[in-house]
Amino acid sequence: MEKSEQIKLIKERSGTDAKKCMKCGKCSGRCPAYADMDIKPHQFVSYIEKGEIDKLLNSKSLFTCLTCFACVERCPRGVAPAAIIEAVRQEVIRMQGENRVKAEEIPEIVDDKIPQQLLVSMFRKYNK
Amino acid sequence: MKFSYYPGCTLKTKAKELDIYGRKSLEALGVDFEEIKEWQCCGAVYPVAKDEVATKLSAVRTLAQAKEEDGKLLTLCSACHNVLKRVNEDMKSDDNMRLKANNYLALEEAYNGETDVIHYLELLRDYVGFDKLKEKVVKPLTGKKIGAYYGCLLLRPNSVLAFDNPENPSIIENFIKAIGATPVVYAMRNECCGAYVSVTHKEIAEKKSANVINSAKDAGAEMLVTACPLCMYNLTENGKGAMEVKYFTELLAEALGVKE
Repeated sequence: MEKSEQIKLIKERSGTDAKKCMKCGKCSGRCPAYADMDIKPHQFVSYIEKGEIDKLLNSKSLFTCLTCFACVERCPRGVAPAAIIEAVRQEVIRMQGENRVKAEEIPEIVDDKIPQQLLVSMFRKYNK
Repeated sequence: MKFSYYPGCTLKTKAKELDIYGRKSLEALGVDFEEIKEWQCCGAVYPVAKDEVATKLSAVRTLAQAKEEDGKLLTLCSACHNVLKRVNEDMKSDDNMRLKANNYLALEEAYNGETDVIHYLELLRDYVGFDKLKEKVVKPLTGKKIGAYYGCLLLRPNSVLAFDNPENPSIIENFIKAIGATPVVYAMRNECCGAYVSVTHKEIAEKKSANVINSAKDAGAEMLVTACPLCMYNLTENGKGAMEVKYFTELLAEALGVKE
């Protein structure tokens, strides 16, 4: 697939318009996972607009973003940085062999208090 | 009016207290409700990507089932509420989602987002009323300093959830007042607990939970209340027992005198 086509698909999948960003940085300022991200929420908005998709596809932030929507709530321009991160994350995990969690590893790492809700959401976020 | 009650997977297993005390309290308050028959998992997280359809279908089935009753779907788990309410919004406003879901499900009557998704706390506020609730309290939790923990799922995105002011909510504080206790407002009450990264990045969940607990402690809270089994897990297990955390329904049942 052409790069430009891939970027177009990711933008459509995000359902948000990165062009509206006025670079105030409130999204990253509010992000509870900021310290655990190599590429920050405001950079996702900016890089997708500039077409610098390879950086985003390899970012560890894809798996430390909590999808808590704090960035979305604070954006004064109605941009949804979390939706861009999700759109890129989907681009990665939908590729063959890119699942992040193996079911057979689960019994080893879970304790008996972990709620089902956590396991289901984790599989939905890290696997396809 | 009868509410169609949706418990979800975790309330039948690891979060039984949330479910059991929730039901007992509804009975004590005289609310007419019935569990949805043969309900399915809501999907646990709302699929944010616009091209996701199949992952939302189980939520649509539940919503359509509630429509066949009185169209009032009552949720208790924060995650179920977030997923069901957002998928319902898609069925109202996203033509692509509505077309594909209806084509696939082939229900007797097409579903177009008619059901109202109502969280238990919204039911207490908007249908029972906190004043009425206060009158029904027989064992007020006088003197108990309780911090409300909202987390993310009940509040955001506000454009769809419309639960309360997303930056400065008050519904759980008003609930705490109604059961006779003292609400403690603290900075991190609408901050994320660490959510699903708990398994893959435990250190992040530990850090997030500690932030919430320390913020609540500094403000003088003796206990936190939550509506979410995942928050409960993070705040207790990853919070390493530094703060007592209860489901709000347990305190409600206690105040109403129906906790055994």
